[in-house]
Amino acid sequence: MSPMKSYGQPHQYPGRLIIVEGIDGSGKSTQLQLLQRWLVSQGHTVFFTEWNSSRLVKETTKLGKRNRTLTPLTFSLIHATDFADRLFYNVIPPLKAGMIVLADRYVYTAFARDVARGCESGWVRKLYDFAIRPDLAFYFKVPVDVSLGRILSGRAKIKYYEAGMDLNMSQDPVESFSKFQSKVLEEYDRVVEEYHLTVVDATAEIDEQQELVREVVSRTLANYQPRWKDGQAQVLRGGDSVPGTLGAKSQG
Amino acid sequence: MIVIEGTDGVGRTTQIERLRNWLEIQGHGVVETGWTRSELMSNLIELAKEGNTLTRDTFGLLYATDFADRLENQIIPALRSGFIVLSDRYVYTAFARHAVRGGNAEWIHGVFGFAIIPDMVLYLRTDVESLVSRVISSRGMDYWESGMDMHLGSDLYDSFSVYQQRLITEYERMAEEFKFEAVDTVRRSIDDIQEDLRKRIEPVVRRTRKVDVSLLDPKPAEAKRER
Repeated sequence: MSPMKSYGQPHQYPGRLIIVEGIDGSGKSTQLQLLQRWLVSQGHTVFFTEWNSSRLVKETTKLGKRNRTLTPLTFSLIHATDFADRLFYNVIPPLKAGMIVLADRYVYTAFARDVARGCESGWVRKLYDFAIRPDLAFYFKVPVDVSLGRILSGRAKIKYYEAGMDLNMSQDPVESFSKFQSKVLEEYDRVVEEYHLTVVDATAEIDEQQELVREVVSRTLANYQPRWKDGQAQVLRGGDSVPGTLGAKSQG
Repeated sequence: MIVIEGTDGVGRTTQIERLRNWLEIQGHGVVETGWTRSELMSNLIELAKEGNTLTRDTFGLLYATDFADRLENQIIPALRSGFIVLSDRYVYTAFARHAVRGGNAEWIHGVFGFAIIPDMVLYLRTDVESLVSRVISSRGMDYWESGMDMHLGSDLYDSFSVYQQRLITEYERMAEEFKFEAVDTVRRSIDDIQEDLRKRIEPVVRRTRKVDVSLLDPKPAEAKRER
């Protein structure tokens, strides 16, 4: 059906799929939020979805962390399962309805992270063969020390799996994070080349990055025909908070 | 690694119970493993089924997750320690369910690419007529075993018949592709089928050599006297 080292097909839906990638602390979520504000202000209907927020992944990874039973293989498969669920419920229906779907992380996260964890790169790419290709994919590139600095100075503490603590690279979360995310970055570099992601220098000022993002998005939306643009712009959010908002009936 | 495959309600569980007993009487260590019975996934699969929301590919991945967890935490450690693993269903169940729902075979095979090849796959062969009467007279038809998610028939009975026929056809196809040992179950008693299964398993689990009793500790009397 599709070539070995590839995944997915370009989609034929009236909507547009724009995704962001990057390690924790790269600022990708901030940029996506700013993009969303702008798109809505332009009168677009935007559907927002993010990976890792589902109950399925949260509960199983919590269980796995407690019992230390999650291996790179099961970790990868749980995320793929969740991704599939998200794709069929939160991405495809709004695309069919002609909306702009913004996704915080996409398959490339798995291509980088799972391979850095030791999964075979060809296997992971084939695993996601059912996924559709986004119309636009940004990669927010940042060195590990910058991302680490942002995480430590800001919001939360380092997450267990983001630090690759399960891989026993170091008992110290900071050191483990540096080592593991460096490997993730290497894999991202491969992914960027393979799938032609649009690279943004994530060490630049926030507004500079956003200006660039909006410019590229404008071009991607050049041929986009919104189904409705009547001033009723809104943001719909995917995930567990709004179950069955869209497409609950359209899935077979 | 011995796998018992076959569609829903064909009597796998009963047969496995007896096989285990038989093997243990012979002194073999036995570990049983079953579909969706992993610690990690069992609750979640039930949860998902209740919600009736998962699509075909998602189910395939969920099954793969459950299987991977059992493989790494249960099956491989057991095999390494010299146990015989009796597996109630195997990856072929996922293949069959995926195929009858129109899924891409190459993809699902790839997803399960990490699986190990069993020493033997015993396939309990049946036909829809026998299956229908067996299932109705025992526990009744269930939503998923009837493939109700596929909307094949107006009621449980019709849907069950069509769905199970498709599964059986797929199993028959796989029996050739993956070289199953087919064991007929139609109009045969449980004892009769068990007898058949044991005959086929026997050569696979037969110990090739006798234990050398002289290696026992404490050492035989003469050896002690020499000191």
